[in-house]
Amino acid sequence: MNARAIRAGFVTSIQDLGRTGFRQFGVSLGGALDGHALRVANLLAGNDESAAGLEITFGGLRLRFADERIVAWCGGEFDARIASRSVPAGHAALVLAGEEFSIGSPGLGCRAWLAISGGIDVPVVLGSRSAELRAGFGGVNGRPLRDGEDLRLGENSGHAKVLIDKLRGEKIARWKPPHDWSSPARGTPTLRFIRGADRNRFSDVTIQQFTDYEFAVSPDSDRMGIRLNGPVLKRRNDVDLLSEAVAPGTVQVPPSGKPILLLNDCQTIGGYPKIAQVITVDLSVAAQLCPGNRIRFAEIPIGDAHTLLFERERNLEQFRLGLAAHFR
Amino acid sequence: MEIVPLGDSAVLVRVAENFDDAPEDALHKVLAAKQGLEAARIPGVVEVTPAYTTVALFYDPMGALDAAAGAKNVFGWIEQQILEALSDDRELAANRVARTIVEIPVCYEGEFAPDLEEVAQRAGIHWKEVVDLHCSAEYRVHCIGFTPGFPFLGGLPRKIATSRRDVPRKEIPAGSVGIGGKQTGIYPIKSPGGWNIIGRTPLRLFDSKKNPPALLQAGDRVRFRSITREEFERSTS
Repeated sequence: MNARAIRAGFVTSIQDLGRTGFRQFGVSLGGALDGHALRVANLLAGNDESAAGLEITFGGLRLRFADERIVAWCGGEFDARIASRSVPAGHAALVLAGEEFSIGSPGLGCRAWLAISGGIDVPVVLGSRSAELRAGFGGVNGRPLRDGEDLRLGENSGHAKVLIDKLRGEKIARWKPPHDWSSPARGTPTLRFIRGADRNRFSDVTIQQFTDYEFAVSPDSDRMGIRLNGPVLKRRNDVDLLSEAVAPGTVQVPPSGKPILLLNDCQTIGGYPKIAQVITVDLSVAAQLCPGNRIRFAEIPIGDAHTLLFERERNLEQFRLGLAAHFR
Repeated sequence: MEIVPLGDSAVLVRVAENFDDAPEDALHKVLAAKQGLEAARIPGVVEVTPAYTTVALFYDPMGALDAAAGAKNVFGWIEQQILEALSDDRELAANRVARTIVEIPVCYEGEFAPDLEEVAQRAGIHWKEVVDLHCSAEYRVHCIGFTPGFPFLGGLPRKIATSRRDVPRKEIPAGSVGIGGKQTGIYPIKSPGGWNIIGRTPLRLFDSKKNPPALLQAGDRVRFRSITREEFERSTS
């Protein structure tokens, strides 16, 4: 069965957890900019955590369903509804055949990830269903959704069917994940980083500036990276490096001295010196940054970055076990 | 050799100190390191990707946690695994070194080559000599990047090395062959770019429906062959 995007919204694309194994051919990781949010939404909808969902940027999506589905979303502060019923972030909700899910413009943050039970059934390209908007493959022909587009959905899982029956009365589940997971957007967040691979290319004064001052998100930001305005970060010399690998979270400094925080659709290699590397768990916060937002950076040791990641994974495992009770 | 974290889920292994003086040597070291790291099957490692003088190893920290005995030790453990994997000077498997030469047909004419005349002028030679020189060399693919399937080729004759354009073009057609400084390369998909465009190939450099999706990969040997407009049109129809 299908769901129809009556209104596709500002930029809405199909994303899963991205593609690995093809970086040596220049193919980006891609996938949901906040993979954790998509995993949580998928679990809530009774899906495998890697199922393809929708990445909704700046809202505006209206999606009409042809059959019964469980939906759940995580992301910025949005007003989301099914028909006239409010659906807060992080709650599994029942959509009946013919009903519409709609999401308005954000109050805080800019992106939301919507999971639909059964997942979105587009062909797997190079190991992923994610839309690669720059090279034009994956998702729906490698482009954002269009108004009136039909999306094919997979079959409801056994878990989703149980939930559909349970939610016939209340329509929306009371239980929810930790607030940080369902609503990661923050005003003036501090992003934690570990030292960049080219730390030596910057003086101590520059590093000090990087952590002492606020930076503003430039309008010229997208799924490839977030451009930042703030103090001009001087490099020790103007020579770019021979290109080497970069990754989501890399903060690179071009000759302009204005840093760029790379996200999932970034190039696989780059030649600008890397001053810092934002830790994986804080990329959920970075994925919500919109033009004009201000951010700060704070350095932590790599061992702490791993500890934070392991804690989140352990908690997600607990959450998954806890959910199992609702699917019985 | 230098091993540095590229965040909490990747490591950069810098295997060659110097590129300009010995690009072939750097490429050899990079390919050997990539092979060694792949063969070592380190728990948690997802992929290994080569660049000019470095190899990046991407890993899932969760996959390394058990073996590493604790979160605080994951990087130290990965570093140790890399050192062990690269301890013996591995020789490249014969099949990689002996790979045949990939021939790329290029039409160096008209609108396919908007910057050919300028490259010729800067080199102080006739444009036909630029084409002859470009087709005379054997190139090596040092890495793929910038866009999916874009090969960075070393081995460009010095005479036709031309610095990048001051103002990059907003859109360069797929198949365009360019010169950027001492390198030459091919734009696999329509994209912005600052290289000097001297021709176009009818070959598809990237196809997401194929596996591998890129025509070329690091280590490949490449030659260009000049074709006429008629040949170009025949191969695209």
